[in-house]
Amino acid sequence: MTNSITEIEDAGCIFVIGSNTTACHPLIARRIYRAKEKGAKLIVADPRNIQLSRFADVAVNHRLGSDVALLNGMMHIIIRNAWHARDYIADRTERFEDLQSVVAAYPPDKVSAITGVSAENLERMAKLYATNPPAALIYAMGITQHTTGVDNVKSCCNLAMLCGNVGIASGGVNPLRGQNNVQGACDMGGLPNVFTGYQPVSDPDVNKKFSRAWRKNLSDKPGMTITDMVPAMLDGRLKALYVIGENPKLSDPDWNHFNHALKNLEFLVVQEIFLSETAQVADVVLPAASAAEKDGTFTNSERRCMRIHKAVEPVGKALADWQIISKLSTVMGYPMEYNSPEEIFDEMAALTPKSYAGMTYERLGLNGLQWPCPDREHPGTPYLHKNQFIQGKGKFHGIEYKDPAELPTDEYPYFLTTGRMFAHYHTGTMTRISPHLDIEQRTGYVSIHPEDADKLAVKNGDPLILSSRRGEMEAPARVTPSVTPGTLFLPIHFGENPTNVLTNAEAFDPLAKIPEFKVSAVNIKKLRA
Amino acid sequence: MECKFVPSVCSYCGTGCGVIFQVLDGKLVGTLPMKTHPVNEGKLCIKGWNLHEYVNSFLRLKYPLVKTFGRFIKVRWDEALQITADRFKEIIETHGPDSVGVLVSAKITNEENYLAQKFTRAVIGTNNVDHCARL
Repeated sequence: MTNSITEIEDAGCIFVIGSNTTACHPLIARRIYRAKEKGAKLIVADPRNIQLSRFADVAVNHRLGSDVALLNGMMHIIIRNAWHARDYIADRTERFEDLQSVVAAYPPDKVSAITGVSAENLERMAKLYATNPPAALIYAMGITQHTTGVDNVKSCCNLAMLCGNVGIASGGVNPLRGQNNVQGACDMGGLPNVFTGYQPVSDPDVNKKFSRAWRKNLSDKPGMTITDMVPAMLDGRLKALYVIGENPKLSDPDWNHFNHALKNLEFLVVQEIFLSETAQVADVVLPAASAAEKDGTFTNSERRCMRIHKAVEPVGKALADWQIISKLSTVMGYPMEYNSPEEIFDEMAALTPKSYAGMTYERLGLNGLQWPCPDREHPGTPYLHKNQFIQGKGKFHGIEYKDPAELPTDEYPYFLTTGRMFAHYHTGTMTRISPHLDIEQRTGYVSIHPEDADKLAVKNGDPLILSSRRGEMEAPARVTPSVTPGTLFLPIHFGENPTNVLTNAEAFDPLAKIPEFKVSAVNIKKLRA
Repeated sequence: MECKFVPSVCSYCGTGCGVIFQVLDGKLVGTLPMKTHPVNEGKLCIKGWNLHEYVNSFLRLKYPLVKTFGRFIKVRWDEALQITADRFKEIIETHGPDSVGVLVSAKITNEENYLAQKFTRAVIGTNNVDHCARL
């Protein structure tokens, strides 16, 4: 997030696109409702009718994967009406002409044909967003999990910069992170091309700094992303995999494909708190302590690094992940002797000058600090790009709309999208064993619009068979107008109804390598008893 | 009876709500919202209120396991670590460090992510490290 969670409350307009905030980030949704109470305008664009849609000033269901067209269409109208922030664009950004020439070709009638959103609603969305500053744009995986994920994100940034909303309080471009420490895992260099704080492995000075600190000559060749690792497992280039606290067997885009890849491995180690689907097929399983059983820090969506404290002893012989990694490293001949997570944090902070350098456990206290926090006196940074963009000038990108990898055909006539529901979380390993959450939703389901259900003579609870070009799976029908006709929705939490049997591992964003979970073409059949 | 209240952060979504764990005689019995926390100001969602439940689940892994002839057997830590280290070393020697991949986690702490990528880069000797932010 460029901005902070509390700031949302004071926005003049909030534009939510591709985020079912009330279900997935309820305490951020609370800020949206608070803003609404204070008079903010709310725009919701989502392929489904989500709870927020009911409270919105304009709510639209744009066709799956048509985000770039929708955003270009809004920008077309904004520029045509001269609602854009001309001084801001002149002072703080560059390549505005690129954007202008592309969006000129997205008039409302054309955008309407692509997205299914009426020209009237497009005009209203554009006006609300552009004329109620500061406007906060909020998105989640509905923007990123596409073959055009990077294009979608750039389009969001274009829109925000066009109206001068980046670098001001209560505005910004705000991706909501799905997991408690996604932000931290990225910040800490859990990526194939960068060390901590996004310092590139291929930069000779950076590489030298880390090589010296870790007393080892480090490779400057970027490694494989998870999306690259699967084909490498299949063709034998990747022989061993060490999975820490993840369940890729259920979260990877293509179950059959991934399973096959796992079987090809010579050695699989899984470090987990439960015997997850992935752990079940491992050669070695290492029992890890849960977050309540260790000390450390997490960094949330708004870049706030916060302390967690050990409340209880780990169960059985489980050990904290930092202890397991240190011990394994020591056995492998590279001694890691840390007495506490604080020592690790201090080592990391010293190597991460721009963002974490000013943080210590003592300074974090109970509220944490938001990076960038470059020195010990720095109070942290509630919103980014104040007065100037970190990279100098904010760059506009002219982005053309591209269709998603799969569109419905005669054989696979339905759109399928995937996501979370309120009571569960990701692959369900933590929530489904929690009695109070399990009771809210025990099984998987597929949401289907009453019109489609009528056509197939399907009633609530009838088992349906869903098939795509990858495979088929079964789930009970939930007949609901929350989806639009022709579109189905599957929650991702249920291992016995694995959505990734259907989704497409071949379709991913060329740059971000994020799979297109949000759009597949499927067929449905009623299962005869 | 000993009662403790321990401040922490919710480990579900990326909002990062401040929580307080209630501990009775060394056992985690409840989760409360932190009133003073800037993110959630004393509120929690249904997942947050029930955060302690997964920690106490009987399904938690308690011992290192090694698969032998298709079945998991319980082993001691030193055995599990030795087996893992030996297999990694063997594969690195035969096929090179780039034949090993590590998936770190958006669920573990910053310190642990830092160590996991340090382990991948300095001990295994490859940059094949990624996590599931994309998934």
